[in-house]
Amino acid sequence: MSQLRYALYTGCTARESTPELLSSTLAVASKLGIELVLLDEASCCGASHLQDFDEFLALVLNARNICYAEKLGLTMVTLCNTCQINTAMTKERLDKDHALRARVNMKLAEVGLEYRGTSEIKHFLYALVDDYGVEAIASKVEKPLSHFNIAPFYGCHNIRPSHLQHHSNGGENPYAPNSLDRLIEALEGKSVDYASKNKCCGFHVDLQAPETSNRLTGNALVDAIDNGADMVVTPCPLCHLNMDIKQESAGKMLGRDIDIPILHLPQMVALALGCTPKEVGLKYHVTKAKHLI
Amino acid sequence: MSTKKVTIKAFRFNAETDYLPYYKNYEMEVGEDELILDLLNRVKWEHDGSFSYRRSCRHGICGACGIKVNGKAVLACKQNALALVELFGDELVFEPQSKKRAVKDMIIDKGDFWKKHADVLPFVESHVDAHPTSESKMSPAQLFNVLDADYCIQCGACHYSCPVIEINEDFFGPAAFAAAYRFSVDPRDNSSELRLEMTAKMGQGVWDCVKCFECVEACPKEVNPLEKITKLHNMQFEQKIAQRNVATKHAEGFVRSIKKHGLLDEADIVKYSEGQIGVLKHMGDAIKMMKAGKIHLVDQIPFVDNMPKSKNLDEIKKLIAISQTNKL
Repeated sequence: MSQLRYALYTGCTARESTPELLSSTLAVASKLGIELVLLDEASCCGASHLQDFDEFLALVLNARNICYAEKLGLTMVTLCNTCQINTAMTKERLDKDHALRARVNMKLAEVGLEYRGTSEIKHFLYALVDDYGVEAIASKVEKPLSHFNIAPFYGCHNIRPSHLQHHSNGGENPYAPNSLDRLIEALEGKSVDYASKNKCCGFHVDLQAPETSNRLTGNALVDAIDNGADMVVTPCPLCHLNMDIKQESAGKMLGRDIDIPILHLPQMVALALGCTPKEVGLKYHVTKAKHLI
Repeated sequence: MSTKKVTIKAFRFNAETDYLPYYKNYEMEVGEDELILDLLNRVKWEHDGSFSYRRSCRHGICGACGIKVNGKAVLACKQNALALVELFGDELVFEPQSKKRAVKDMIIDKGDFWKKHADVLPFVESHVDAHPTSESKMSPAQLFNVLDADYCIQCGACHYSCPVIEINEDFFGPAAFAAAYRFSVDPRDNSSELRLEMTAKMGQGVWDCVKCFECVEACPKEVNPLEKITKLHNMQFEQKIAQRNVATKHAEGFVRSIKKHGLLDEADIVKYSEGQIGVLKHMGDAIKMMKAGKIHLVDQIPFVDNMPKSKNLDEIKKLIAISQTNKL
């Protein structure tokens, strides 16, 4: 296999409240020999909130981010589902609507950039599963996750809407996704089957509707626990934050004790590839992964 | 013609006689041209005449036959059965759109849907001269602005796929929002302000949408309700209807942060959106995050800025200056 090279769009979370996401991603890349070129020029994707305030501005800023991946001639890899969907939606709109692309490019020209639509946008999960390959990863496992029941939590913005996501997620079925399950099994863990794995965590209404957010997060976690999960793994740092930090308040709302560690996708892979808990930054979790430390 | 053996696991419930719902299996050979509606008919005609479901036009336009198959919202009369076998395997689970609103088998009480739909005034409200001398014309551009929202057939697929509808009975839901958008951009309509105020209100309006894209996935007519929800958000700012509250400040606060750092300052956006007093309710979570090393203490001291910054920040500042269209 020729060496895989990507432009890495870290998003904000991996540079701030979840530094462990970035360090474990880099650890996985180095173990597997994947080259990641950091897009240090990139701005925030707007997280779908800037889009609610000023759709056009959000398009311009996301187009600028894509320009930097295009300059490198590389596929852009994202670490956050919400970065993924906002960037991919920008690409879809600009590739389809040439009048809109011209309007955006008029702004970008002011800073010497041009959106051309030459780079693909893909989440790191699918770079691993589809480009590197599940079997190739299985052959690199040093510390199998044999004793763990791991509940995959996919996060909305990687699987819906399927007409958009199918460009980059290997045709994942949004009602029965299986890429994370296959990855867990490849690392010799046991993937937990539960109905909430493709549901919403409620992160985007944390501030204005905390009850909705707590209930959605709580429902999913209780479902995972009731189906025997020891831990949850997610490719989305926003799902991670909600599920890691809100366990106490979600538990109170549902009348249940919730205490289950939430791993980032690359943390799980890095651990199986032989990285230490320290290297993958487990200390940054609010809900400690006691059985891993 | 080739057929495939399929097990249909059907949700059965009669609100008048049953204490709890149950599932019953029906096995049948399914041909490649059969629709989910054909299978519903066969359950009724070949197995159990009491099996109940709604159907009418058989052409994907009346919206009566919406059900869920293995969790996927479908119009029974449009959905090929073997295509779903391809997606889910040879056991197809037939369920009503909303189990908690089940009346009999696939039939639900759609009263909440119709009430919310009616509440957003899903019609052009206009004072029309009884004896007009000219037509009220609409340009192609104005029609394009409707963005296919008038393809909605009120089937309820998006409404009963929305997780917020499940837990917040005040929430209008995606179909009502799409209708509110459709009539608010109609140049003949006079009630757009009223609709925007209704859909801006916290608890029931667009700010309670979780952006899960379930509605986009569910819609059998490709209406994309979330696209209309985003437009309604933007229209609140464009038409100066948005009030300053935690949700609108949160949306607007992204510009402030990106201008300064390129990235979003996660701690600052919470402080800015909530205000000096509101932010106090997040102290519990903030302390937990600080203990875990997710927030650095210097962030909490004013005038100490340790935020990482995007490279070429001046480009970002310039693009904001020349591209920003809305204000709060």
